[in-house]
Amino acid sequence: MSPADTHAAINAIYRIESAKLIAGLTRMVRDVGIAEELAQDALVVALERWPGTGVPDNPGAWLMATAKHRAIDRLRRGRLSEEKHEEIGHEMGARQQMATPDLDSAIDEDMGDDMLRLVFISCHPILSTEARVALTLRLLGGLTTAEIARAFLVPEPTIAQRIVRAKRTLTEARVPFEVPRGEERDARLSSVLQVIYLIFNEGYSATAGDDWLRPELCEDALRLGRILAELVPQEPEVHGLVALMEIQASRFGARTGPSGEPILLLDQDRGRWDQLLIHRGLAALDRAAALGASRGPYLLQASVAACHARARTAGETDWARIVSLYDALAGIAPSPIVELNRSVAVSMVAGPAAGLEIVDALASEPSLKSYHLLPSVRGDLLKKLGRLEEARAEFDRAASLTRNARERELLLERAAACSPGG
Amino acid sequence: MRFMVIVKANKDSEAGVLPDAKILTAMGKFNEELVKAGVMLAGEGLQASSKGARVRFSGGKKTVIDGPFAETKELVAGFWLWQVKSKQEAIEWLKRAPFEDTEVEIRQVFETADFAASDPTGEIRKKEDDLRKTIESRKR
Repeated sequence: MSPADTHAAINAIYRIESAKLIAGLTRMVRDVGIAEELAQDALVVALERWPGTGVPDNPGAWLMATAKHRAIDRLRRGRLSEEKHEEIGHEMGARQQMATPDLDSAIDEDMGDDMLRLVFISCHPILSTEARVALTLRLLGGLTTAEIARAFLVPEPTIAQRIVRAKRTLTEARVPFEVPRGEERDARLSSVLQVIYLIFNEGYSATAGDDWLRPELCEDALRLGRILAELVPQEPEVHGLVALMEIQASRFGARTGPSGEPILLLDQDRGRWDQLLIHRGLAALDRAAALGASRGPYLLQASVAACHARARTAGETDWARIVSLYDALAGIAPSPIVELNRSVAVSMVAGPAAGLEIVDALASEPSLKSYHLLPSVRGDLLKKLGRLEEARAEFDRAASLTRNARERELLLERAAACSPGG
Repeated sequence: MRFMVIVKANKDSEAGVLPDAKILTAMGKFNEELVKAGVMLAGEGLQASSKGARVRFSGGKKTVIDGPFAETKELVAGFWLWQVKSKQEAIEWLKRAPFEDTEVEIRQVFETADFAASDPTGEIRKKEDDLRKTIESRKR
């Protein structure tokens, strides 16, 4: 293997192993920042040695052993606190005593717990949402600072700063490396789900710039969701989130036209939907249903997405079921966005006037004041009612509010189509 | 990006002999690792080629040839679809698979965006769309 090939191999191995490494090391040193440094130290050693010695048979175990040695070196040089020293000593002792015949599976189980702890600490509510997103992508997604910066169209030093500050915050607040229990667990888990879905949405519908899609970010979010679903398979909402993302991602190929313009859900060519992802999404919904619990917000949204996915043509959509799902969603997690979506579904069942009634009730909603989809939906309903002049004004307003250049073009076209002779 | 990992047939798979418990356990463990890492999208094992067939297209003629097929090493016996960040990552995952004495192939799957280069004006895609619409309207 050439040195360049070995380097590429090492980087790929690090991507596969880094989250597990950092998780295991954090349990040892009780500090995410130090754990990541140790993992990267091990990577540097690998980059120095492997081009000469070749990649070891079990590179993950090699990296972990090397990082642990570094941790001990640091201890000897007194760069870790006395308290951590004791913890590590205890940890090492416990490991040596654990000579059970089923050592492999015991370690696997430990690893799963550590990964879950790492998920929870990366999405800790003490951190700002932006910091949670950056830390999750970095520690669990294995993305470099540069990759995160590119995905979010933010300068690299900004992301680097954000990550450094987040790690410092966790250290200073002495946030424990643990899986929360009881009531706290639900709140913390929903913070984790929110972070993953935020990453997905950042990729799914870029909030700024001309790229309608940044699918790589969606793939990262999906991967995080799939990992989480295996870490906590008994949580229906996790499967709900995975189902929602799988089904939404299935529409990638159909969401944009030949010149990159967005195509709305009901106008999409369903032959372009990715049946593999739909199948996976529906399977995730089945897993959640088998758990038999009541449906939370992600499961309800995923069920709506599944209604669209199951309809072979837009005309076959089960709108009555979608209305009842949005009614349920409005009951447990009411929000102006849910109302807006509900208005569309209601208009499909009971006509545009009924939908417009719900939309008009949202007119004074401060959180939707600069949300382009409100005037866009309203314009659509007005157009169906033949109130073209009002519809045009709404589409114009929507165009002025969107930050996506291609979406703006589309909205301006729809406005023009409402003009006399348009 | 997605990769298809293509596992080739051997004498046993062609004879319909199922892998022994040891291999099945090892493969099960490997699959579990892939699922836990969020890498595996799909994977299937294929039955012997004696249960399959080929359709040969030649000079406007279509000829059906029933299995089995002779060239065992060229036959596909199973596949995975993996979602990874790079070809290198797919290679590193494959190295962890419990295979012996075989060659396993990794191939990148086309994404929608990959077709843009050979269709810069979107004309081919438009024609394809029109065709789909025509087919749809005939169905009704």
